[in-house]
Amino acid sequence: MEKDQLIKYSELLKNYSLKRPLNIMEVCGTHTVAFFHTGVKDIFPEGLNLIDGPGCPVCVTANGYLDRAIQIQKEHEVVLATFGDMIKVPASYTSLQKLKSEGVRIEIVYSPMDALEIAKKEKDIEIVFLSVGFETTIPTEAVTLKKAIEENVNNFSILTGNKLTPPAVDALLTLGEVKIDGFILPGHVSIITGSDNWQFLPKKHSKPSVISGFEPKDLIMGTLRLVQLIENGEIEIDNLYKEVVTEEGNRLALGFIEELFDVTDANWRGIGVIPGSGLKLKDKFSLYDAEKKFPVTMPEEVENKSCRCGEILRGLITPPECPLFGTVCTPREPVGACMVSFEGSCSAYYKYRK
Amino acid sequence: MCLAFPATIIKLDGPNATVEFHNVKRDIRVDLIGDCQIGDHVLVHAGFAINKLDEEGARETMETWTELIEIMEKEDKKLKNDQSPE
Repeated sequence: MEKDQLIKYSELLKNYSLKRPLNIMEVCGTHTVAFFHTGVKDIFPEGLNLIDGPGCPVCVTANGYLDRAIQIQKEHEVVLATFGDMIKVPASYTSLQKLKSEGVRIEIVYSPMDALEIAKKEKDIEIVFLSVGFETTIPTEAVTLKKAIEENVNNFSILTGNKLTPPAVDALLTLGEVKIDGFILPGHVSIITGSDNWQFLPKKHSKPSVISGFEPKDLIMGTLRLVQLIENGEIEIDNLYKEVVTEEGNRLALGFIEELFDVTDANWRGIGVIPGSGLKLKDKFSLYDAEKKFPVTMPEEVENKSCRCGEILRGLITPPECPLFGTVCTPREPVGACMVSFEGSCSAYYKYRK
Repeated sequence: MCLAFPATIIKLDGPNATVEFHNVKRDIRVDLIGDCQIGDHVLVHAGFAINKLDEEGARETMETWTELIEIMEKEDKKLKNDQSPE
């Protein structure tokens, strides 16, 4: 798109006069950051309020998950392999980064396949991969595990902390704590789930929604279209990311997930246990399930009481409303997960604060 | 964490492929996208192609964009006319 065209469209958003104030939620953490760094959030018309959703996998991972990973490492001397996002997240008593600085071997990987490769090369160590992430990431973990099973890589297992996004959005609306007029749905999650998986938003909750990409033009178009749907009372989902998102999603990827995992309840930081929002490995693959393979005595889970990450994830407050924000809690010394992750709401507010 | 980048397949060997994006080459897996060939544009996440970019879909999205803009410009004009003194 030509630059002058983009400027023209930006003007349309900036000068849009809303019929009434509106709250819209972007579910995805990548969108949270994109709205800031493209400057699109700065040109929101008066009365249009963007509420950050629970779409940062690292942020919604409750302390208990990392506590277990750390305990497994301590009691069974395994090597933990993880995406870089998890490394600084504070667990109840320590973090992976602290362990690493104390000399514990922790492998940071770009792809779950990298973790499997380490296990294949070093047969004398046990690799436990921290399987976190939403629908975008889950198929990559499923394929990796399938390879491990097929190739009989016995020193590789995963600790599942994966979460499904539609049940979380459903739970937020059912909680009813925050008024949301419409949703900007996650583009890359929707590649896997398909747009049909979000139909509960218009059908059950009467909420219009758009599926959007991540470029400035996508964000502007998605926002304008959502406002239009809300104001016109058009209760539907408009897919504005058709180049990659279909109605039925990526069937092949969904097939891998169904083959290896069963749906289960999951504990979301700040929200609590949401029925049907998590995954566990099927029983027949329990040799690859780190939770079963390496039983541990779990320490008591402790949350930092002054950290308000949970309320931020539920859309109840914005990061600057937390007394720790920018003073005690910064990206360098994060207290809560929302400040750790690059995609966390607190981190984005801190980085782009004016 | 759901970041994905668009890239082009330049080498293919079973489930393994090499993609290129802005002169950066990377080895990835293509298990999640079924049939693919050299030259296909894909979105890459965590070392896997998660979907092919569909040219027609891209065009449809652009058409929606154009329509939306036309409607908004018309409304904008109407609003300005309504507000101008008779």
